[in-house]
Amino acid sequence: MLGQAFMRNALLAGTFVALACGVSGWFVVLRGQVFAGDALSHVAFPGALAAAAAGIDERIGLLATTVLVGIAIGLLGLRSGSGGGVPGVGGSPAQDTAIGTVFTFVLGLGVFFLTLFSLSTGGGAGVQAARTLFGSIFGLGAGEARLAALVAILATGATLALARPLLFISLAPEVAIAKGVPARLLSVGFVALLGVVAAGATVAIGALLLLGLLTGPAAAAHRLTGSPFPGIALAAALAVGSMWGGLLIAYLVPSLPPGSAIVMLAVGCYAAAAAADARRPRRARSGEAPRDPAAANAGAGATRIDR
Amino acid sequence: MATPMQAEPTLSFNLARDVGEVLEYHFMVNALIAGSLVAVMAGLLGWFMVLRSETFAGHTLAMMALPGATGAALIGVPASWGYFAFCGAGALAIGRSTGGQRRGLGEQSASIGAVQAFALALGFLFLSLYHGVLGDLENLLFGTFLGISNGQVLTLAAVAAGALLALLVLGRRLLLVSVDPDLAAARGVPARALSIAFLLLLGLAVAATCQITGVLLVFALLVAPPAAAQAVAVRPAVSLALTLAIGLLTVWVGLGVSYFSVYPAGFFITMISFAIYVLARLLARARGKSRPGTELELERSEAGSGRVGGVID
Repeated sequence: MLGQAFMRNALLAGTFVALACGVSGWFVVLRGQVFAGDALSHVAFPGALAAAAAGIDERIGLLATTVLVGIAIGLLGLRSGSGGGVPGVGGSPAQDTAIGTVFTFVLGLGVFFLTLFSLSTGGGAGVQAARTLFGSIFGLGAGEARLAALVAILATGATLALARPLLFISLAPEVAIAKGVPARLLSVGFVALLGVVAAGATVAIGALLLLGLLTGPAAAAHRLTGSPFPGIALAAALAVGSMWGGLLIAYLVPSLPPGSAIVMLAVGCYAAAAAADARRPRRARSGEAPRDPAAANAGAGATRIDR
Repeated sequence: MATPMQAEPTLSFNLARDVGEVLEYHFMVNALIAGSLVAVMAGLLGWFMVLRSETFAGHTLAMMALPGATGAALIGVPASWGYFAFCGAGALAIGRSTGGQRRGLGEQSASIGAVQAFALALGFLFLSLYHGVLGDLENLLFGTFLGISNGQVLTLAAVAAGALLALLVLGRRLLLVSVDPDLAAARGVPARALSIAFLLLLGLAVAATCQITGVLLVFALLVAPPAAAQAVAVRPAVSLALTLAIGLLTVWVGLGVSYFSVYPAGFFITMISFAIYVLARLLARARGKSRPGTELELERSEAGSGRVGGVID
């Protein structure tokens, strides 16, 4: 299996993209920003189309769009953050609506560029470009795989470097601000970083399947453990495991697309973790505190991070 | 039979003449009727969706088009059947995974995301198993307003009437559950059943909206008009009426402009509704209500003081 070049490329890119998705996904689930991650993966498409229409490299357009929209979502989140304007805790109702409106706007622009592109090149080429761009993980070239792996490693490193302050502002925003942590900058920075992850993952595994890797393993880890760093490690391990398992299954069963296999395994992790969690007695359940940021505000979370 | 696009549509900048030209064509009349039905249904259900901050759930239901259309193609039934089936299944799955216990916001959005990811994975599987042309899927993704048949208009009207009737029956209780869950629980309103019923209705509205705007742009009619209305109006009746007005205006202008242009209706509808949303947010801020959370809280306090509760009695 490893003798095949396409399989080696898929493993190289897939492993590191899964690692980045697992690590940042843990924070995404903690902060209730799954919708933001989803929106970022969708806006990659108009970004690539706009770049194609303008005649520049699609990947640059894609990365620029995801990061810019990430910053926009982060700023909107600041303005409408829950808890009296305290930034950090994402997913507030108004932010939800703002994300929905903004990404529909960007997708509307995408339809415009799609029409523009197919008008200027005589039809169909734009769709074709988008299809190639969001192709299968088995279709990656060696150079593309190395680039995706590099972007993913950088994004993982940046997320881990920010892990402690990010955890602090997510669990105990008031305490973090009082201690002088630049909460606003961090909140926006994190969504922008998520944009980088989304861009890297989109090229490698496809825009619509990023969501599974971002959500499934991380949500499973949140169900299984309440402590932050083991949780992050578990999320990363489950994501990489889903990637390897999915690639193996797709290699053995040619009619099964690799993206579907990977995402089904990743979501399966969450379903299994939820089932295991539901079977445990109520009191023994872990992770109540970090899952509910308001409860963690009492200081338990803060002391644990400050340690 | 004359083809609709036989004469090149030209804009004369005489409003009455242009509107007359648009209305000459049967397909445009059908498109306008269908668009109006969709705008009303999407506006009403979207209003509750924005109020309940279930935007992500709505997006996930829209994405059910992919497994729905591809699955239907695989077993050889019309795409809309598969779509409605997957929308229903998705609504039940979301209701089941989020309604159980009151978990944190993060967990809630994570389980909706998991439902969506799984549905997309299924869709891609169906797509790779099916080796034909998926014309229906293209229409669902990008929307079309050309060639809407009389039958489709009748179907849409029936769906809209059904949704409207259901909202008439459930609306007040749904409003109470959405703005004041504790009061609703005290009055014995079945919150869980209502939330699943609402998601099913939302699925219906999303499936209908897709036919005009396409899957990716449903929020142009489902989120932007209610969000704009809720930003500027506080009383439920006023903001509902405003939602319908914005939705209808958006659809009419969007369809009309796209008739004279090469760009698809979805693009114009998106741009118009986004512009109205931005204007409403700016207006709300100018009136000193820059925090969008305020409107919801105002309504909460209204419900607490018995205004909404009184209506329900």
